[in-house]
Amino acid sequence: MGWEKKAFEYWLSYVSISDRKKTLLQEYMKSAREVYYIEETQLPRFQFLNEKDCNTIIQAKKTWDLQGEWEKLQEKDICLVTCFEPEYPEKLTHIPDKPYALFVKGNLPDEQLLSAAIVGARRCSHYGEKYAYEFAEALSRHGIQIVSGLALGIDGISQRGALSGPGKTFAVLGNGVDICYPREHTGLYHDILEQGGGILSELRPGVRPLPYHFPRRNRIISGLSDLVLVMEAKEKSGSLITADMALEQGKDVYALPGPVDSKLSKGCHQLIRQGAGILISPEALLEELGISGNIPKEKDSEAKKVLESTENLVYSSVVLSPRSMGEIVEEVGILPQKVLETLVSLEMKGYIKEISKNYYIRI
Amino acid sequence: MSFSTVLSASIFGLKVEFVNVEADVSNGLPAFHMVGYLSSEVKEAAERVRTAIRNSNLDFPAKKTVINLSPATMKKRGAAFDLPIAVGILMSLGKLSGSRVKSTLIVGELSLDGKVRKVPGVLPIVSEARNAGLASCIVPRENAAEGALVEGIEVIGVKSLEETYEYLSGKILIGPEPYPEQRREKKEEEWDYADVCGQRAVKRAAEVAVAGGHNLLLIGPPGSGKSMTAKRIPSIFPPMTLEESMELTKIYSILGMLDSESPLIQRRPFRSVHHTSTKTALVGGGIVPVPGEISLAHEGVLFLDELPEFQKNVLEVLRQPLEDHQVRITRNQGNYLFPANFILVAAMNPCPCGCYPDMNRCTCTPGQIQHYLGKLSQPFLDRMDICVEAPRVKYEALKKGGQEESSAAIRERVCRARKLQIKRYKGTKILTNAMLETREMEKYCVLGKREEELMKQAFSRLGLTARTYHKILKVGRTIADLDGEEQILERHLKEAVGYRSLDKKYWGR
Repeated sequence: MGWEKKAFEYWLSYVSISDRKKTLLQEYMKSAREVYYIEETQLPRFQFLNEKDCNTIIQAKKTWDLQGEWEKLQEKDICLVTCFEPEYPEKLTHIPDKPYALFVKGNLPDEQLLSAAIVGARRCSHYGEKYAYEFAEALSRHGIQIVSGLALGIDGISQRGALSGPGKTFAVLGNGVDICYPREHTGLYHDILEQGGGILSELRPGVRPLPYHFPRRNRIISGLSDLVLVMEAKEKSGSLITADMALEQGKDVYALPGPVDSKLSKGCHQLIRQGAGILISPEALLEELGISGNIPKEKDSEAKKVLESTENLVYSSVVLSPRSMGEIVEEVGILPQKVLETLVSLEMKGYIKEISKNYYIRI
Repeated sequence: MSFSTVLSASIFGLKVEFVNVEADVSNGLPAFHMVGYLSSEVKEAAERVRTAIRNSNLDFPAKKTVINLSPATMKKRGAAFDLPIAVGILMSLGKLSGSRVKSTLIVGELSLDGKVRKVPGVLPIVSEARNAGLASCIVPRENAAEGALVEGIEVIGVKSLEETYEYLSGKILIGPEPYPEQRREKKEEEWDYADVCGQRAVKRAAEVAVAGGHNLLLIGPPGSGKSMTAKRIPSIFPPMTLEESMELTKIYSILGMLDSESPLIQRRPFRSVHHTSTKTALVGGGIVPVPGEISLAHEGVLFLDELPEFQKNVLEVLRQPLEDHQVRITRNQGNYLFPANFILVAAMNPCPCGCYPDMNRCTCTPGQIQHYLGKLSQPFLDRMDICVEAPRVKYEALKKGGQEESSAAIRERVCRARKLQIKRYKGTKILTNAMLETREMEKYCVLGKREEELMKQAFSRLGLTARTYHKILKVGRTIADLDGEEQILERHLKEAVGYRSLDKKYWGR
């Protein structure tokens, strides 16, 4: 009978009425099975259901193959956790409009550990990329779980960073958990699962990534976390929605400052002005969280020693935002071939990186 | 005498084939027959010739005229047979004696009033006539200078059929066309690097590219002077030799693209091709193949602006000529071989809007950038030995003006490097470093211990592939040559590493 209970819950998650109504229904009827067997004539008795909802429920019964769909779900190795079960993340129960059920591939976040959401622009700069990675890695090293959205840009980078630390990372998708969107992150998707993390979604497997899914899933990202880190966000962006939801849910929000003339940091600066925490360094953040942060500092002091004078000259004109070889040649005023040669040696020594053809940044 | 023969010629690809124009005028029903596997424009000669003869104060009696162009197995095209046909008829009518056209080749198109119009391909025809030991050629006046480039044969330029008739009948005398004097004087290049402010890195890359015959890819935002730089690349080539000039002039002659005053081409060509060009326009072709842009860029530069806008299949056809430095086009009548030894210079934006990686200005999504780069195939990118960024020109750089290195100074270094290469590859088919094959590289690009170590490091640190490895060696060889070094040193390799084209997967993630 065990499967049957779940099969009915799977059906209820499929019914397209709001999460609140589903939860109320099940609360009232005690189980999803009972909800399924409510007489059609009895449905209008529920005050909170309007006529349209009633029809939706009736229709859903007709079109859904209870056993078949459930078996398919099990074949895909996806768990269904409703908000009535003890496995359901406790943090999520406190948020308004909590999802009726979560579909999980892999694991759910450990409730005993801290979780941090790292979010930001998809089209991010290399500056944002660098720090998203650094913060995620440092937090992960100190046992903090990283929650993000598997999107291109900051999301993906921070989950990569988390994986390079020993910690786990969790991706909340705006589509079914059996679909990897964006496709470019297929490798990341599998790596997350391999390292004991999880892929979560409130959407049933097979649901396509549609634009309006994403702002809604942001409430789950912030809901699952204790703090939210915004790395780079434009003035109007999904990351700011996440930050707003986090504030509504009473979570701590931190933002990464950036160059004042960068559009990509406008949103972050706005958050900081409104009172969000400022991200200065992973150590400072860890300290604030009450974790002693001791991350070995290496590069800077070491860098100066081994560089010869031309290298130093060229290195000094490479900065965190991408600069082209042409600009560097103009600035240092030595022969272009000498500059290029030096850039290549610096790159090979691991001080700078070529991020696009002849564009270099410091690392 | 009612039968006569006149020698003429026709162009097939770049080859010249002699054609015997036979004319026979006899009594019978008035008619004008033309035979000998002719295309329609040759058949139309009948009307032109008949009217032109009449309009040149010469009689055209109502007789049966038969024209045969032999050999009959070869399809003849073009209007260059008008004049020889007319001369043949005049001979058959007994107005001219056959002895005058003995050992003379005649080409020319006629207009209805008897004027002789210019025809394409005079230079190769005259050159072939000289090789066959003929004494003289009669060619249209406008083509005479071009024909006179060939030494050892008399070239007579004629304005009209009447003049031709008078010349052949001995009534007037036309002296052979003198050698065009233009050859001796050295023309200064129109475009000079002294006029380009800044852009030193790009200029250096161009210098290396020309010195070793490498193909060059310029990546930069709109308005960064990519075409400005590319346009000046011919100015830093070594000067053309006479053989090179003649070979190139012949190609232009066949397409009728020569200047009638100063026909010899002494400047390296710079052919800029628009991205809507077709495969045929680029490599040559047609039912009877004619040379395309790549042959017009022979010994010079072929410039493809907005590279990703080109259709993929158009770019793919360039791959074979880039390897072989010539293009072979096969038709059922035979093989056509066109020379195409050019440097390919291509320009593109880093992304559709052109601002990547400046994320504050770039409005493209990663998907758009991927799509944009996806239009280039990896095999095609692999043929670009040198890849360099062309930065946006800053106002200060424009204003500074002042001392910019002239093309002549750069050319001097290039010539030196080329001389070293000629010496090194003496007795082989190789002309420049870019032509080195993997096997030959083992012989000519030997690395010392430290250099080996450097390449090993570059492999692991920068994620090089075997393909890029060989390109770096070739470019390194050229940089060493520019430096006058026998050995490829670390600094040469490092610069070459900086010119490698990035693998597409590293672009615009």
